[in-house]
Amino acid sequence: MPSPYLPNTDADRTTMMQEIGVDSIEELFQDIPETLRHAQFKLPSPLSELELKKELNQLANLNTSLDNYVCFLGGGSYRHFIPSTVEHVISRSELYTAYTPYQAEVSQGTLQGTYEYQSLVCQLTGMEVSNAGMYDGSTAAGEAAIMACTMKNRGKVAVSTTVNPTYRDVIRTYVKGRNLSIETVELDSSLSSDCACLVVQQPNFFGYLGEMEAHVQKVHDIGALFIAIVDPISLGMFKPPGQYGADIAVADGQALGNPTSFGGPGLGVFTCRQEYLRQMPGSIVGKTVDVEGKPGYVMTLVTREQYIRRERATSNICTSEALMALAAAVYLATLGKRGLRHVAELCYHKAHYAAEEIAKLKGYSLVFSKPFFKEFAIRCPVAPSRINQALFNEGIIGGLDISHIIDNAMLLCITEMNTKQEMDKLVEILGGF
Amino acid sequence: MNHHYLLPDVSQPGKIGCSLPALDVPPTELPPKELLRQELELPEVSEVELIRYFTALSKLNYGVDTGFYPLGSCTMKYNPKWHEDIAKLAGFASIHPLQPEESVQGALQLMFELQEYLTEITSMHTTSLVPIAGAHGEFAGLLLVKAYHQDRGDKARKKILLTDSSHGTNPASAVMCGFEIGVVASDSEGNVDMKSLESAMNEEVAALTLTMPTTLGLFDPKILEIGQLVHERGGLLGADGANLNALLGRAKFGELGYDYVQLNLHKTFSTPHGGGGPGSGPVCVKEDLADFLPSPLVTKNSGRYKFVSPAKSIGRIANFCGNFGVMCKAYAYIRSLGAEGLKEVSENAVLNANYLKEKLKPYYYLPYDRVCMHEVVFSARRQKAKGVRTVDIAKRLLDYGLHPPTVYFPLVVDEALMIEPTETESKQTLDAFIEAMKEIARDVEENPEILHTAPHNTPVKRLDDVRAARDPDLRWRMRS
Amino acid sequence: MTPKEYKYTTEHEWICPESKNKGKVGLADYAQSQLGDVVFLDLPAAGTQVEQGKKMGEVESVKAVSDIFAPVSGQVLEINQIVIDEPGLVNKDPYGAGWLVRLELSKPSELDALMDSDKYDKFVAVLSEESE
Repeated sequence: MPSPYLPNTDADRTTMMQEIGVDSIEELFQDIPETLRHAQFKLPSPLSELELKKELNQLANLNTSLDNYVCFLGGGSYRHFIPSTVEHVISRSELYTAYTPYQAEVSQGTLQGTYEYQSLVCQLTGMEVSNAGMYDGSTAAGEAAIMACTMKNRGKVAVSTTVNPTYRDVIRTYVKGRNLSIETVELDSSLSSDCACLVVQQPNFFGYLGEMEAHVQKVHDIGALFIAIVDPISLGMFKPPGQYGADIAVADGQALGNPTSFGGPGLGVFTCRQEYLRQMPGSIVGKTVDVEGKPGYVMTLVTREQYIRRERATSNICTSEALMALAAAVYLATLGKRGLRHVAELCYHKAHYAAEEIAKLKGYSLVFSKPFFKEFAIRCPVAPSRINQALFNEGIIGGLDISHIIDNAMLLCITEMNTKQEMDKLVEILGGF
Repeated sequence: MNHHYLLPDVSQPGKIGCSLPALDVPPTELPPKELLRQELELPEVSEVELIRYFTALSKLNYGVDTGFYPLGSCTMKYNPKWHEDIAKLAGFASIHPLQPEESVQGALQLMFELQEYLTEITSMHTTSLVPIAGAHGEFAGLLLVKAYHQDRGDKARKKILLTDSSHGTNPASAVMCGFEIGVVASDSEGNVDMKSLESAMNEEVAALTLTMPTTLGLFDPKILEIGQLVHERGGLLGADGANLNALLGRAKFGELGYDYVQLNLHKTFSTPHGGGGPGSGPVCVKEDLADFLPSPLVTKNSGRYKFVSPAKSIGRIANFCGNFGVMCKAYAYIRSLGAEGLKEVSENAVLNANYLKEKLKPYYYLPYDRVCMHEVVFSARRQKAKGVRTVDIAKRLLDYGLHPPTVYFPLVVDEALMIEPTETESKQTLDAFIEAMKEIARDVEENPEILHTAPHNTPVKRLDDVRAARDPDLRWRMRS
Repeated sequence: MTPKEYKYTTEHEWICPESKNKGKVGLADYAQSQLGDVVFLDLPAAGTQVEQGKKMGEVESVKAVSDIFAPVSGQVLEINQIVIDEPGLVNKDPYGAGWLVRLELSKPSELDALMDSDKYDKFVAVLSEESE
């Protein structure tokens, strides 16, 4: 059967070959050594569209989706409410089938959407400038650490122990890639003067918040940069990094209108001080005018990027997560000032309700007594894996097992998606141990 | 609501774009004031205004669904619509990366099989799906090279060789891995200059990165010789696999002598480009490099799938296991094609490019007049001599409702126009493009002014990027 | 036409010697025409020591970034604040209002190693031929 994606017919191909002056398509592959241009491929037989959909449906059904199971799992990927506006906008094919907007005059949708994203993210984080987005929160943190080393001409990165362990791993890979060094430090410890930056997470991996101003001061006293990894939803009610003096603030924007999607695509939010603009990695969209004086948008300050600067580029990044950034912009615009604050407060109050009820149970306690947002760690009377098995049998995905870090501890996450009934059920099952 | 507004222009206190539930538990004490924010200044718009706004924005955009998009080395092929349906299935979209492995066997199976397919397509040993885009895959590949040499105890290998036609991500990635750069020249045929390679390739070189076909759209017939030389002197041969569309179903990187290759699912494997992402850049490696791959890798044991960390892994390069939402689409694409289908892709892609080459050759200077692969590079130097440059040609193409080819790349060609039609374009579309290019060539002689002032028919006219760079305006501000 | 009193480097910087071992430094017309519209200048602050032939700053246009090399060794006395605010002056008036920094020369004999305007004009003519 002909392919729907190959619009040329045999007649078309014959005409074209005549115009080119070849007798067969084979002649066009003559530069490939003869013995190597007839490779054999062991791949399954092709499926038609209806067979394909059936096959993939079956595969998808082997997975337990959060649409069917209650979820109390966080740890870097979050189930938040996604308003229908988001999906509707990013499903418009003029937006999702476009390329990176190098021809600005026909890419104003992408470019203006990105300008909105940059603006919204700055409003949210209190920072002065944002780029158009990077791969995810962890790589954004890695790139931020490298940026600090380059700017300060120092070779060491300090990372707080309470930063998400996978983020620390990624930062390490990026830092060691450039033959720089990385040190894990307690938040309260003093820093050596060869540190270019301190990377801190707020709320931290365990969900807790603290006052950052003193730590920022300590970092600035040695002429280093303070890099904050933040939860964008928490910024609906908590003090943003721009207000406590962060020099660079990064986040994962998956929580802003993107599904969990088994961990990807995510979105690397990257913001910093205006004065660091020319050292910032990633694309940036700027507003300008056209020859008739009408406002328009272009990718700007492109000389930082790989296709101009090549080996002296601020980063090698080319394709990022533009569609996810647009989703984040639509999400923030949909919820707006009121909606985001309300979502944050729902997370906060629900999480505290759950924590209080669990703390009342015999054998359970909260690991930390500090303020938290939507995640908190509990100490359990038995191994968390046993509890999670029981929860799973009841249609619940339990919290993250962190017993390798803290004995018998589990990291629970409550969002606006969790109802009182769901939390009461969780408490009931936990109480059975 | 049209695109001439920005969100703050429409924002009014009291509006909101969606409804939210009320709190269903007793509220608790708020944290200390010092931790809270006083003001949150975000726009407030109603859903109807929001949808009209973004709908208006979408109409300003040109995508593959709008028309011909012949960007060289970007492989802007048509994105099958069932991709979107598949990625939205709850069993794919609504699964958490950290949920128990037994509860996501379908996802792990998809990833495992995709790993296997890509390994087979490239004739390598193992594939990692973690890298989030091509450049990330390049970064991963070079970290593997670094780890490989370090593991062998060879501390001298501080350099990566690239060609003068390489994409900017190639040197940028090398520097991110702590390497220095060496450049190998191309000869007059557009192939690797063997003398240049001979003199550059020594025990200080960790690897040669060689896109194949090159960014000139040309296949270097000496590829086996090149690999041999690099290997003899202890280096590795890596491919930037951006141009795989020319070789699909035909030739395998592993058989051409490569040790590793990074692929672009959002190019060759038809997942949509999204305006600049999401992409996915898997890296496929020979056995010598497999132990160093980034974590995690999917394995299969007695019918069960799980994540493992390779024995000498370079570590994590992303938070989770890669862009799964993109992988689903590439997986489905390969399942829809099979081996025969892959071959039809490259054959039609190469045929289309050669057709454009022959038809445009009388009008535009062709620096390398030989059979091309899936893309062809022209130079506008004849037009430049008459005062019209590549940028003017590109802007004038917009007036014909066509997206221009890649411009000013590769750097080895003056006033470059890199055209990649892909296999999903019909002869009719190609003929329309050829006609437009012919008219433009005529306008260079008869009416150059219309080219200098192009575009005329687009939502905005030529934009002032000097002003954008001199006075950066990168965001609006809202204050209470 | 390149000013006769100026001296030129192979990297297309010029220096206009002034009395008391001082000199103004800028970019030649060839440099600005190759760069295109200049959008940003990164210049060394007053008080910085510079060394002949070593990088002392960067000039950025819309499509390229280039290093600026010190034509002679010495100390930066002042930066042209006007060109910082209006980088386009480098394109419009590269030998006049588009000057970049004023130096105090530590080794005035270094001027002898630079090209005079005739030699520089020939140098540029050869470059222009080669690129055709």
